[in-house]
Amino acid sequence: MSTSTGIVAAAADQPTPTVATGGARSILRRFARHRLALLGTVVLLGLMVACYGAIWIAPSPQGAQDLVLGPTPPSGAHLLGTDDLGRDFLSELLFAGRISLTIGLVVALIATTVGTVLGAVAGYAGGWVDEVIMRITDLFLIVPGIAVLALALRGLGSSPTTIVLVLAALGWTYIARVVRSQVLSLREKEFVDAARVIGASTPRILLRHLLPNLAGVIAVNISLATAAAIIIESTLSFLGFGVQPPRTSWGNMLSQAAGLVGTDQVYLLYFPGLFILLTVLSINFIGDGLRDALDPQAKQL
Amino acid sequence: MNDPTEPLLAVRDLRVVFDTPEGLAVTVDGLSFDVRAGETLGIVGESGSGKSMTSLAILGLLPGRAQVTGSIRLRGRELVGLSDKEMREVRGNEIAMVFQDALAALNPVMTVGDQLVEAMAVHEAEGGKDAWRARAVELLGLVGIPSPEQRVEQYPHEFSGGMRQRVMIAMSIANDPAVLIADEPTTALDVTVQAQVLEVLRTVQERTGTTVILITHDLGVVAGTADRVMVMYAGGTVEQAPVDGLFHDTAHPYTRGLLESLPRLDRRPDEGRLRQIPGSPPAATALPQGCRFAPRCPHFLEDPCARSVPEPSVVVAGHVAACHRLPELLGDR
Repeated sequence: MSTSTGIVAAAADQPTPTVATGGARSILRRFARHRLALLGTVVLLGLMVACYGAIWIAPSPQGAQDLVLGPTPPSGAHLLGTDDLGRDFLSELLFAGRISLTIGLVVALIATTVGTVLGAVAGYAGGWVDEVIMRITDLFLIVPGIAVLALALRGLGSSPTTIVLVLAALGWTYIARVVRSQVLSLREKEFVDAARVIGASTPRILLRHLLPNLAGVIAVNISLATAAAIIIESTLSFLGFGVQPPRTSWGNMLSQAAGLVGTDQVYLLYFPGLFILLTVLSINFIGDGLRDALDPQAKQL
Repeated sequence: MNDPTEPLLAVRDLRVVFDTPEGLAVTVDGLSFDVRAGETLGIVGESGSGKSMTSLAILGLLPGRAQVTGSIRLRGRELVGLSDKEMREVRGNEIAMVFQDALAALNPVMTVGDQLVEAMAVHEAEGGKDAWRARAVELLGLVGIPSPEQRVEQYPHEFSGGMRQRVMIAMSIANDPAVLIADEPTTALDVTVQAQVLEVLRTVQERTGTTVILITHDLGVVAGTADRVMVMYAGGTVEQAPVDGLFHDTAHPYTRGLLESLPRLDRRPDEGRLRQIPGSPPAATALPQGCRFAPRCPHFLEDPCARSVPEPSVVVAGHVAACHRLPELLGDR
């Protein structure tokens, strides 16, 4: 009999087990063991609180100008300094973060959901369903992303909603292909036959038996897609196709500061970049941690 | 159901055919047998004899391109031709199955408790989540898993091979099925663990009164576990008998060949080498015209063996064999 003493001890703590807590608790425990993931969670939560709570947290209201003051380097009054219009840069960054983070997270959620559903259906159904869905993903994969984005945003106007929809429309294909390939191999596993033998219907098999096996892949994809969406949004805004002033995102703050290279205000370029870097790194670490935590067979270190 | 003489499961003229590029593959051909309530029927045969195809046909799980004809009746209710939805109600609820490789058949990312609960949730068993959870623990105890309250929270990979097979058995009986099909349940296990798992099957059967169809290629397993035995060859049944009758009054040349190819403790090694049956089973795409076993049979006669498929004939009451030369064979014993 192979017994993992850690689990037995943990289970013994709670003599009356209730539904599903065993699984959820051990996932949390494994996640907490991943130091970087924990750090990433703290940093990301901090950023989210600061950005979404900017109205209360930011030192100055959004867009408050002080033309007399003009640009100043970081100081006690303005932690990250001020820009040409005398706006407090830290406040601006926090308000801009709302749009950047929202775009990143929403795009990742939409793209992953759509991609997972289509990929799972394609992989499990096979035949012409698979063929149609995969040819559509091919279509999305062969078009040059940035060019389509620029054109779409020119045509549809570059409101944050449009940006989210266009980024999600371009982003779902990757996860669809990954999920499809996973489902293709999983559906041949005997536990799928076993699920059919207990009388489970096809939707139930997909949702209850196959999807939990994809949790790691999906978690990693959400993290990568969030990071990618934030970066693409920044790129677009930097190029001038993305979020338009007076709305601000980290990307268009970068773009506005780009002209300052070589002047002594170049620090205005560093801060938006640093925020993007921190966010993307945190999210990637969280993804790593989730991938390990969601695999019950991962080595208990 | 009300008629006590009616078998629990009656299979008549079952035929499973696949259309393959090499021609029609006949994997089960004109199979008929009964399973009576509460008994253990052993189905023995080589790989490719149609054992697993038969169990898949009973569960309605053959792929769509398989053509299934004939009749499978459970308590008088015809299962062939039921819709997928109706068949889902039968599966897991009235007919359950234990797989050969429990590690592959258990979901690696669900705790065994969740999987047991799932088996009950699929059929919306009485009670509700808490009752199912309690029953999951009870089932693990029934199949002899120590400290089930803790084990129920663990994942399949934290169980040993024999323990996993016990979990499979617990899962299969979660809804008190009338028929339990065990497809080679001990083949993937160590010999000592095999005996334990067979013992668990027997205990479960005693406690729940379920009927067991035990599919195996191991005559030893059958001898120790089954009440009756059906020997399959090339998609059909060659001999059906009570387990003692099969081993003591072996009638069919194929069954005799199988028994002679087994090493035996009560035979001295100087009595010669183990015998083997010459040749190999026919391909499903090229079954012989007459008796399926004729090309390998030591008692082969051109007429009638190569001309017609033998009908099952009675050896003694309850013991039938399908062989043209049965009178001569029984005479020379």
